[in-house]
Amino acid sequence: MNLLTVLVILLPLAGCLVVLALPERVAVGFCVYVSGLTLAAAVGMVTWFDYGRADQVQLSVDLPWIPALGLRLHLGVDGISLPLVVLTALLCALCAVYLTRPAGSPDRPRALVSLLLLAQVGMTGTFLALDLLLFFMFFEVVLVPMYAVIAGWGGGPGRVAAARQFILYTLLGSGVLLTGLLVIYTSTSTLDILELTRRGGAGIGATVQVVAFLLVAGGLAVKVPVWPLHSWLPDAHTEAPTVGSVLLAGVLLKMGSYGLVRIAVPVLPAGAAEIAPVLGALGVVGIVYAALACLAQRDLKRLIAFSSVGHMGFVLLGIATLTPAGLNGALFANLAHGLITGLLFFLAGGLAQRCGDTDIAGLGGGLLGRAPRLGGLLVFAAIASLGLPGLAGFWGELLALLSAFQPAGALDRELYLGFMAVAGLGAVLTAGYLLVMLRRVAQGPVGEPVADVSAVEWVVWAPLVVLVVVAGLWPRLVLGVTDGAVRTLLGGG
Amino acid sequence: MPPEQSIDYLATGPPLVLIAGALAVLVADAFRPRSGLAAGGALTAVLVALGVEAVLAANAPLATFCVGASCSYAVDSFTVLFQVVLLLAGLVVLLLARVEIRQTRLPAGEFHFLLLAALAGALTLAAGRDLVILVVGLEVVSLPLFALVALRRYDGRSTEAGLKMFLVSVTSTAVMLFGISLVYGATGTMFLDAIGAALRRPDTPGAVAAAGMVLVLVGFGFKISAVPFHFWTPDTYQGAPVTVAAFLSVVSKAAGFAGLILVLTVAFGPLVAVWGPLVAVLAAVTMTLGNLVALRQRTVMRLLAWSSIAQAGYMLAPLGMAAGVAGTRVPELVAATVGYLAIYAAMSLGVFAVVSYAGWIGGRGGGEVDDYRGLAGSHPVTALALAFFLACLAGLPPGLAGLFAKIVVFRGVLTGGFGALAVLMVVNTVIGLYYYLAWASRLFARTGSSVHFGRMPRPVVAAVLLSGVATVLMSVLPQLVLGIAPAGG
Repeated sequence: MNLLTVLVILLPLAGCLVVLALPERVAVGFCVYVSGLTLAAAVGMVTWFDYGRADQVQLSVDLPWIPALGLRLHLGVDGISLPLVVLTALLCALCAVYLTRPAGSPDRPRALVSLLLLAQVGMTGTFLALDLLLFFMFFEVVLVPMYAVIAGWGGGPGRVAAARQFILYTLLGSGVLLTGLLVIYTSTSTLDILELTRRGGAGIGATVQVVAFLLVAGGLAVKVPVWPLHSWLPDAHTEAPTVGSVLLAGVLLKMGSYGLVRIAVPVLPAGAAEIAPVLGALGVVGIVYAALACLAQRDLKRLIAFSSVGHMGFVLLGIATLTPAGLNGALFANLAHGLITGLLFFLAGGLAQRCGDTDIAGLGGGLLGRAPRLGGLLVFAAIASLGLPGLAGFWGELLALLSAFQPAGALDRELYLGFMAVAGLGAVLTAGYLLVMLRRVAQGPVGEPVADVSAVEWVVWAPLVVLVVVAGLWPRLVLGVTDGAVRTLLGGG
Repeated sequence: MPPEQSIDYLATGPPLVLIAGALAVLVADAFRPRSGLAAGGALTAVLVALGVEAVLAANAPLATFCVGASCSYAVDSFTVLFQVVLLLAGLVVLLLARVEIRQTRLPAGEFHFLLLAALAGALTLAAGRDLVILVVGLEVVSLPLFALVALRRYDGRSTEAGLKMFLVSVTSTAVMLFGISLVYGATGTMFLDAIGAALRRPDTPGAVAAAGMVLVLVGFGFKISAVPFHFWTPDTYQGAPVTVAAFLSVVSKAAGFAGLILVLTVAFGPLVAVWGPLVAVLAAVTMTLGNLVALRQRTVMRLLAWSSIAQAGYMLAPLGMAAGVAGTRVPELVAATVGYLAIYAAMSLGVFAVVSYAGWIGGRGGGEVDDYRGLAGSHPVTALALAFFLACLAGLPPGLAGLFAKIVVFRGVLTGGFGALAVLMVVNTVIGLYYYLAWASRLFARTGSSVHFGRMPRPVVAAVLLSGVATVLMSVLPQLVLGIAPAGG
């Protein structure tokens, strides 16, 4: 069923072009149709995936494309990429459905739909690519559509500046990333990620590995984002329209952490061992920094945006331990963050549409009384985000903390114990700011009632709620898939 | 007694066809002015020359004007690629010119004659394998261009642009000729391959040859407008008719690069330790200064001029790495430059094609970047095309052609082991994106009053389409232009 792998990329690509020829009024419906079909293809991949061999790449396609560059069209999924491919297809489909709300039908829908589908091509392709340059190419495809979505459909007056900051900042990261990837290529003469993983750094000198790891991880760090390279994120997330924020937080950030797990750590193990403590330190600084920043935020969207920096800090800490548990935790936290923050941005978008703005003081409080279901969902998403056991946010961060207690042999254990302590403090602060936010938004005196959750909104939000609960109660669903593949990646070194 | 030389008319076919076409156009225009004969004749000549290229591609390699083992004129895959790119670029320029000639009352006969002559010179340059042919080719490109730049006789800026270019170009030719005389004195030959062989012999005075080589390099530096030999470029672009600026930016630059590559790799290969670092520094300075100044431009033609300077820097970068790699890998680096150049030609012509149509709102010559606001409102397809070409120039998907070109150049630079230049290129790419993006985003700005851009003339549609198809093709199959270097390098 390799056809499915091609379809999840080809369908949005075709849709992105075809929609330009359609009339404006059918554009959104067409988008739902295309992204629904893509989701069906992704679900097909889940069905045909052989879980007994989750550590191996399956459903793969391998065709020569540009021999002069050594670039092959090599796509496939394993336990690491499959969940992210499904997450991308799901969030894109939900975004498409969200656009059908009569109250929130976008301006110039044809162009918006085309851009969103193009972004989907890039995001899905990044998770499927098994060739360094192909990975880079898909990684870059996302930039222009995301820029245009923020600049063209953003809410605030600062949207153009935020979009420009986003694209220039991330392009700088991409340039560094490309340099790193080409350094790998010049010392190994292959671009095949699987082959490079199999070699596990053999044939690349220790110094070159450190340099290449610095470049690759440095480039990806902008996208993750790693503190202190995160400064593009709050503006971009805040100014973007709801669907843009959801895709930015839900999928785009994962491209960075996925690149670390897929390329940087397995291909350059010696470099990883050298630099991992730095990554871990930046991760925990990010956790605490984001939590403190969140305590000071007055805008709900900005608060959620900053909370992303903190959550991605846990992902980074998990990766930095270089242990199977840590990487599994990182991948789980990745996925959980995509679901929960996606939901939070949807809810913030819903509030903005009802109240006109997302200023926490301006929302007036008492949401649980004014719109009980909407308020309830917000409470649910916030406590999922703070990592309540039994919900998706818990496991990834727990695993990241646990693995910091016992990092890989080559790493300095005492340092990681320190990381663990600081990250634990950050987790407490995270609970703090989310509860403060809930007190100010959800509780308090009940003012004017606002419209409660509409039918379309239920359709969009319910799958996220269900998945957050399922992944929280049955983490094996994800960990069982990722574990084998993670061990293969680390086994190479 | 001079040795007998036979002429291979097939090998020299494309420039001969163009020269014949140029003369025919001039004569026809003298008897039947304003009849469209000139335009039709010029188009036919270029198309016939392209047909000859197809035959040449099947029969390459060919060589003619030979003395012993050395030949003055050779057709290999490098020559064919350059000539095809040059001819296609000429075709696009001719299509654009049909509209501009009418709008700005340019003399059609002279215009087409001069353009075909310059194009013939460019084709010769790509095939030349001795210094005399290269100089003659370069002059045949340049002389008609002075006249073309100044062809808007009623416009003082046009005259000034022509004069400025003339002075700079004549100076550079003089410098170059002096350099060639030194090289000839040191090596006793004009054939590129024989110069290379002579420089490998220990009894050749290397220092004299190296001094001559640097002067030749300076001469080519003017043609490709590398910093610090770039002063003429912005004023000339702005003063010249848009189509002539397009010709300068693509054909003239490509011809200059063809000559530069031939001279450096075939003749001065043994001196790579001298010219390698020199070219690397030129590349670094050229891309950085070009991009930084482009940031501050508001006029489209000046923006394009500075961006074309910056792009020349990227093209030079792989050549500059030649000193750092084994001799057998130099062709890889050359191929990176050639590939970048071919891709640049397609995307750059696309931009010029749209500018030649939309740039008339502000009066003449390209207008300001701000004049393009709201183009997407009335002409969505044209705006998308321009945005695509700009994305290509910036090297960002969906402009995959540009991305591949950048990747090839980056790889070349890293092969040479020059990490610092790679980092500088990263920074430059970001600066480049800034101004290309600023322009592209204006196209989609929502304007209160929809500016009326008017109907797009059919030849311009054809030109945009042609460059669009070429760019898309290179986005999917860049191997068409990648991996080609001159033989004997």
